[in-house]
Amino acid sequence: MLNLLIERFFLFDPLALFFLVVIFIISLPSFIYSFSYLKGEYPAFKIFSAQILLFVFVLSMAFVVSVSNCLVFLIFWEIMSLVSYFLVVFDTNNERSIKAGLVYIVMTHIGTAFIIAAFMILYNHAHSFDFIAIKNACSVMPQRTKDIVFLLFLIGFGTKAGIVPLHIWLPYAHPQAPSHISSIMSGVMIKTAIYGIIRFVIFILGINTSWWGILVLILATITSLVGIIYALMERDIKRLLAYSSVENIGIILSGVGLAMYFISLNLSYLAVFSLIAGLYHLINHAIFKGLLFLCAGSVYKATGTRDMEKLGGLIKKMPHTAVYFLLGAMAISALPPLNGFVSEWLTLQAFFLGAFNAIGGSKIFLGICAAMLALTSGLAVACFVKAFGIIFLAKPRSHYAESAKEAALPMRIGMLILAVFTVIFGLAAALVIKSLSGVSSSALGIDISNMSFFLNSLRFAPQIAKNTYLSTPLLALLLVLFSVIGFVIYRVFGNRRAVIYKTWDCGYYKLGPRNEYTATAFSKPFRIAFSFFLLPYRKTQKIRESFYHIKSFTYETHTTKVFKKYIYNPLFAFMLKLAKSMRKMQPGSIHLYLGYIFITLVLLIIFMERF
Amino acid sequence: MIILQIILFILIAPLLSGLITVIKNYLRMRKGQSILQPYYNLVKFFYKDEVISETASWIFRVAPFIVFSSALVASMLVPVFIFNRPILPVGDFIALVFIFTLGRFFLALAALDTGSSFGGMGSSREMFIASFVEPALCMVIFAISLQFGSTDITAFSGLHPITVSSVVAALALFLLVIAETSRIPIDNQETHLELTMVHEAMVLEYSGRSLALIELAAYLKQMIFFFLIAQLIFPIGLPLGNFVQVFLWSLWFIARIAVIAIAVAVVEVNLAKLRLFRVADFLGFAFVLGIIAVVCSILGA
Repeated sequence: MLNLLIERFFLFDPLALFFLVVIFIISLPSFIYSFSYLKGEYPAFKIFSAQILLFVFVLSMAFVVSVSNCLVFLIFWEIMSLVSYFLVVFDTNNERSIKAGLVYIVMTHIGTAFIIAAFMILYNHAHSFDFIAIKNACSVMPQRTKDIVFLLFLIGFGTKAGIVPLHIWLPYAHPQAPSHISSIMSGVMIKTAIYGIIRFVIFILGINTSWWGILVLILATITSLVGIIYALMERDIKRLLAYSSVENIGIILSGVGLAMYFISLNLSYLAVFSLIAGLYHLINHAIFKGLLFLCAGSVYKATGTRDMEKLGGLIKKMPHTAVYFLLGAMAISALPPLNGFVSEWLTLQAFFLGAFNAIGGSKIFLGICAAMLALTSGLAVACFVKAFGIIFLAKPRSHYAESAKEAALPMRIGMLILAVFTVIFGLAAALVIKSLSGVSSSALGIDISNMSFFLNSLRFAPQIAKNTYLSTPLLALLLVLFSVIGFVIYRVFGNRRAVIYKTWDCGYYKLGPRNEYTATAFSKPFRIAFSFFLLPYRKTQKIRESFYHIKSFTYETHTTKVFKKYIYNPLFAFMLKLAKSMRKMQPGSIHLYLGYIFITLVLLIIFMERF
Repeated sequence: MIILQIILFILIAPLLSGLITVIKNYLRMRKGQSILQPYYNLVKFFYKDEVISETASWIFRVAPFIVFSSALVASMLVPVFIFNRPILPVGDFIALVFIFTLGRFFLALAALDTGSSFGGMGSSREMFIASFVEPALCMVIFAISLQFGSTDITAFSGLHPITVSSVVAALALFLLVIAETSRIPIDNQETHLELTMVHEAMVLEYSGRSLALIELAAYLKQMIFFFLIAQLIFPIGLPLGNFVQVFLWSLWFIARIAVIAIAVAVVEVNLAKLRLFRVADFLGFAFVLGIIAVVCSILGA
């Protein structure tokens, strides 16, 4: 009976297994972490309900990636969305949580509506909800229909993934949930949308036009740039991390988009390679973003604030958390030899190999996309220098930070596990890639048995470019070795006296936390450089005692949220207006309502008869 | 061989900075320091007391070693004596960029660590410039590797034909190197004015041996980038034949790097420092040059 059920409704192919691994690799540390994170924050029954919700949430995600039937998929997709909504509004007393939850549930349902529409069209052609049946039907589907289904899927899953301009809910919802939930939402839940794109667009629909890949690539590039620029401007740690998730989704989608593009160009080996890069970044992002959210949670629990301007100096109060955050920040900044570096390198390499094998203008297109990816990674480094520097270094900027205490043991264990993974997935890159190549080739349906691929001498059996190489273990070894040599030189030669003294203060003698650079100041050059997009404005207010003496001076700087202001606000205003004019239809007379029902019935009968 | 290369790099690298200063002084008709001054400086730093800020954490103490080791690892990636295969398969051109980023990341953190506003200013500006260098550098790497078929640095080592594409790429790389090595018009190594310094503000709190390591790393980085530009536009083969030929080869080997140094010095003397926000335009120009290099390589020029 159970076997029959599994056979009928589940599909445990390598792609599904990969996503299951991602889900459990993040959920387990988050679960350990949650025990002491929730303690003391909420009453006991709420903690219990939180754990139940977490359990259902993780389970629903696991089902989403492993079912093989559209209807069942939708059911679990919906459970996942609803449970995560309850987790976002978990702080029921907090006004902001309620608002975030509202934005989230509206956006996620808009996305679901598009997915349902796509499924309906597919059902119309395949007369079945089963993945394999649909896949078979798709090979004879007219191209026009395929294009429409692709767009529906892209919008539907794009909303969940947070593709710009559909990312609007992400920076609201992710920070409001309890931190271990944020880590699962950012680390895993938005990845189920990537799963959706790979499963439904690449695996089921199949790709035979090049504009799909190009569209995804362009969207991915815009998403990553916009995400990181907003992240740089943020001073709330968790919102910063949420925006950076938008960026990383862009990088992952670059890999996926490249794979789609290469399939249409018949560069099948490269398609496998690009998808490996994308999937590698996917699991990496899950790990380091999960880790960073857990660290942010520890900071929040210890200080009671998420505002970076009020933090500082935490490296001395919370040494463990600081190390974990540093590892996460290094990994997300793609610094060698950690995991983020490998996947970023692979993605850039995929761009290059693609450009090398493509012809004409597409070389320039791929080159510019790669350059934008490089810009993104440069900005990401700046963003995480800011995040780590302002939160953990220098002197505490407020009493919140001064009274901070190191996180409790279960929280540290949760973070430690993920921190170790950032190192392992960096050093064992060759092994990871080997197993990912199986996932990638089965998702794309490309046989790779005669493709040999080694990381420390990157080579394809059918020669498509000269060899190149990367060896993270060697790199790590050399970095450690030379650091030790540097240390030995430092200890052995020269004058060994070191004086501990005050920071140079220009003779001011009163260097305090107020003199330190702030997060806002740190991001000022970027705010000016991207002012065409951020549209920053400032508010100043001077209170004067007399013309010559200013008693107080307040200065605020804000950036305009372009997408909200120019897309969503007009849209919502229009919807409200529409709703208002619709209200005239409801005067409250029951006779009129009966009339409506009758007219609807007649129309439906005519409709059924005619079509 | 590899150890020889690293020792050679460490020995020659400060000389380049000395050379640039000497040329600048010559052009300004000043009687300046000796060409060996960078060496004297390094020795001097080693014998000075070190002052460490009481606000600083372990990040501040560890950063010099990481910066130093990242520069050394980077100098291992550059092929000097062996061209046909990597000495150690560590990484390619892209990896080289990320390795430098590692050093910069820690230096920027160390600058924030002391709580001085100079440090914060320096690290903010440095990260700003660095993040705009990145896309242009990526474009240059793209152009070079499209032409030579691989992102591997050994691909364009040894004798290779000089094409329009590689010349344009070298020009773009030259502009980027000015930014990477904090020289005028992007930054100024000679200044200690809070309005103008970028890299110097970042290392302001360092002294003694730590400063020596950081300076040495900066010299190495400069050397590596000059070396890469030279490799692009002045390709050189392996030394062959008798003693005289090997001697001539070594002269040319050093001279071609010196040519780049002279060019940098001339640029430094003749230009004024740009405003920080104009830097994006400067690097945008390098980016456009990178695109032109890609176009040239597509056209086969």
